[in-house]
Amino acid sequence: MPNFFFEVHFYLFGLIAIASAIAFVTRKSPVSAVLWLVNTMFSLAALYAMLEAHFIGVIQVLVYAGAIMVVFLFVIMLLNLGHPSDLADARGKWGKLLAGLLGLALLAQVMALAGGKLPEPFTPGGGYSAAEVRAQGAVGSIAQPLFNEYLLAFELTSILLLVAIVGAVVIGRRKRVDGR
Amino acid sequence: MVAESLALSAVLFTIGAIGVLVRRNAIVIFMCVELMLNAVNLTFVALSKVYGMEGQVFVVFVMTVAAAEAAVGLAIIIAIFRHRQTVNLENINLLKG
Repeated sequence: MPNFFFEVHFYLFGLIAIASAIAFVTRKSPVSAVLWLVNTMFSLAALYAMLEAHFIGVIQVLVYAGAIMVVFLFVIMLLNLGHPSDLADARGKWGKLLAGLLGLALLAQVMALAGGKLPEPFTPGGGYSAAEVRAQGAVGSIAQPLFNEYLLAFELTSILLLVAIVGAVVIGRRKRVDGR
Repeated sequence: MVAESLALSAVLFTIGAIGVLVRRNAIVIFMCVELMLNAVNLTFVALSKVYGMEGQVFVVFVMTVAAAEAAVGLAIIIAIFRHRQTVNLENINLLKG
């Protein structure tokens, strides 16, 4: 039952997300770009909470805004890229025009898809309501399918993370001159 | 609210795609990819309101893959920076011969 207050905040956070994303793409300095992207992710977390996906909202803040973007910021400062580069960062006029046209075409396509009728759920009553989430708990309602139907995929992601850690260490290691 | 979320996610995805096409800084391009992943996550969450909880499970997986991708990708960028002293893609054209 979306009331007026709810809708105002939904559109507010949506507009903040779009404005921050545009600011993120247009900033010259990588550090301010990162901070605008963090702002986008915070407003997306608010939208997740409004869509009754509270757990996703929390890990959006913790994992995306908290961990991944901090890694980006860390690398930018490690490589000392904080100042805008003297080389042209954005492509020239024609490149921008082409990218804008491609973007408009992409937007039109995705909007046409979004405006279409949604297919019926495969299983009747597939959706969920705020009352169901409240009864099962925000974490319990997502843990139920995650640890039953998708347990194998969940275990595979742990292997993926292990491989990523080892790969990041191997790739990022400084090569010794004497070949050690 | 579902239709508005889908429209918002389409706009965010488009901004990310334009960013990938326009920018030349490798790290900024990488962050644009993260923005596109976020837009897809919003689609998953919005549609899970209609089709059931599985959408949110997939969002958890997407976030895991994004974290792994960020770790490996940034390591690659650091390795490139050690060789070329730049992350501007204009200067990284070794494959052109």
